Amino acid sequence: MAILIDASTKVICQGITGGFGGSHTKGCYLYGTQLVGGVTPGKGGQKFEVDAHSAVPIFDTVKQVVDATGANATMIFVPPAFAADAILEAADAGIRVICAITEGIPVNDMVKCRAVLDEMNSGRDAQRRIHLVGPNCPGVITPGKKTGGGAASNDPYTCKAKGGGGCKIGIMPGYIHTHVSESKTGKAVGIVSRSGTLTYEAVWQTSRLGLGQSTCVGIGGDPIRGLNHIDVIEMFERDPDTHGILMIGEIGGSDETDAAAYIKKHVKKPVAAFIAGRTAPKGKRMGHAGAIIGGADDTADAKIAALQAAGAKVALSPADMGKMMAEAMGIGG
Amino acid sequence: MKIHEYQARDLLSQAGIPVPPSSVIESPLMAEDAFARATKGMSSPLAVIKAQVHAGGRGKAGFVKLVKTAAEAKAAAEFMLTNKMVSVQTGPEGLAVKKLLVAAGVDIAKEYYLAITTDRASRRNVLIASKEGGVEIEKVAEENPAAIIKEFLHPTLGLQGFAARKVAYQLGFTGKLASQAADIMQKLAKLFVEKDCSLAEINPLVLTSPPPSTPSALLAIDAKFNFDDNGLFRHPELQAMADPTEENPAELRAHAAGLSYIALDGNIGCLVNGAGLAMATMDIIKLHGGTPANFLDVGGGATEEAVTEAFKIILSDQAVKGILVNIFGGIMRCDVIAQGVVNAAKTYKNADGSMGFKVPLVVRLEGTNVEAGRKILSEAKSLVPTLQAATDLSDAASKVCKAVG
Repeated sequence: MAILIDASTKVICQGITGGFGGSHTKGCYLYGTQLVGGVTPGKGGQKFEVDAHSAVPIFDTVKQVVDATGANATMIFVPPAFAADAILEAADAGIRVICAITEGIPVNDMVKCRAVLDEMNSGRDAQRRIHLVGPNCPGVITPGKKTGGGAASNDPYTCKAKGGGGCKIGIMPGYIHTHVSESKTGKAVGIVSRSGTLTYEAVWQTSRLGLGQSTCVGIGGDPIRGLNHIDVIEMFERDPDTHGILMIGEIGGSDETDAAAYIKKHVKKPVAAFIAGRTAPKGKRMGHAGAIIGGADDTADAKIAALQAAGAKVALSPADMGKMMAEAMGIGG
Repeated sequence: MKIHEYQARDLLSQAGIPVPPSSVIESPLMAEDAFARATKGMSSPLAVIKAQVHAGGRGKAGFVKLVKTAAEAKAAAEFMLTNKMVSVQTGPEGLAVKKLLVAAGVDIAKEYYLAITTDRASRRNVLIASKEGGVEIEKVAEENPAAIIKEFLHPTLGLQGFAARKVAYQLGFTGKLASQAADIMQKLAKLFVEKDCSLAEINPLVLTSPPPSTPSALLAIDAKFNFDDNGLFRHPELQAMADPTEENPAELRAHAAGLSYIALDGNIGCLVNGAGLAMATMDIIKLHGGTPANFLDVGGGATEEAVTEAFKIILSDQAVKGILVNIFGGIMRCDVIAQGVVNAAKTYKNADGSMGFKVPLVVRLEGTNVEAGRKILSEAKSLVPTLQAATDLSDAASKVCKAVG
């Protein structure tokens, strides 16, 4: 068990013939992800060669690849101008987990896109909901047990047939993650974050402290996105294989404050958190479109205070994210 | 991206929102004509002259002036175009003004506030309106939140007629003025979406106080637009409005190189991959008693070229006394990054033409092939004498803070 994706998830890539999309598709395949195809309009019928041993078919539309392969998750690498359309194409074709990696999608495109997704999701039960992760995010990974070298497609990092079985959808380095069976403590944490490399940092720290990860979700740095912290925390709280929750937020918006209120009310599992941007000046966009301080409520200090009040262990230094998680779980010292 | 007030007026005017007659001048010699045009037909001529700079605090600095004669207009223009404007937002060195807006003065009966922006929590665009215009809306929101009216735009239909009328009546307009106000709101909302704005604000929208027997009207006196950088690719007309003299030159240069850079006022330069990690790096420097000189996200690649350019940009800031490089090597291997950092530092050309890095350089690498990367750093001591390798985030922050003193 994990959340959103696991070894049985059938993954496609939209924008598979682009440079970035292609290289990361290979990375996911070599990790052991069950990659069943790709989509690039106009290139249907061609093959995408992972390496000398393996290739996957390319289709013109998402509908075609879903009909042919039963794909149920996608990662989107198409350019910003077409990315919102690609998200809705995936949703329309019945894809359930949509990871939009693309950076730079206009906010107004996402306002419309999110409204359509909300409409599609209204009235659906939890099992049938469409989950958008991102945009402008590293993606989602459910680590598997390491069984191979991960350098070629006939020797993936975590091979399902050999008792491995992980799933990586996105651009994160797979090997820094630890499957619970290979962790010293036998415990796994769920990680949810708005940032990319800062998430890798947290994964690395938890792995080194002997913790595994159940699933890591990069929800992305844009102001209008799919899943928010609160949605992912809710899934982690329900997931029996997640023993602690590490949440990484940043300045801007009220997502972390909302999550704090939810944690206080509903979350029984240990929670640790870090909020980036305590030293960021007001009114300046810090790289992420969503990371800009507007009012008093979206400062790092306000978010930290809300999380502490909710009982979360908040790391004030980014060097202590893993340590705080372990402390919250009563591990080590 | 931001634009000047005169450009904002042009956008409003093109969208059919009424603005007072005005023109832009770049020389005091043009002031008298501009005054005559702005005040044509007025029984007691009145115009306002405003310096066109992005920085605020113009009024207090004396760079917004009401003038009643052509001679006064010329004198005001001469003052603004020859003196530097110094306000709280410009810093003590001040700002040279190149363009002035000369606009008709308006007799004001009442001032209102109108704006469209994106509300993250509801994931909708929202119209914000208030009877208390002409002042800072943040102040109104704080002191009298009941005076703020919010109306969400439909995600695909925009601001519908009924919604605009509802707000117009809430603002106290009646009769023809209510229709005019609703029309302005709908046009502003349309403009917001069409131009991919992040803020479209009219403050104040004024109700004029005309001579007896002429009807009152609504006019947009001042406007402010901010644009979503992600949407600019489909608006060449907006890109053309950018004024590079208003931007920080280092930030412009970084933007051209695909780097995300923001100048701050500390003395420790930061070079990091990823926006979140870059912010966290600034935070940990502060925790160790230092102050960051910048935010810099070098992007996922952290290639030798990108690092070289980033070093140049960081060191163009004279205040920088040391640099912290913090890279989490994921897809890109640490040994490759380490070699790139060493090469960039080794071949760095100083302003005086000499080669090699002079300021303390602390490099912290983590991730793929980290051992090989650290080996390269430790062997580079003779090539880059100021280089220190750090073992972890805390070690890096404490080393760089110590190095700059």
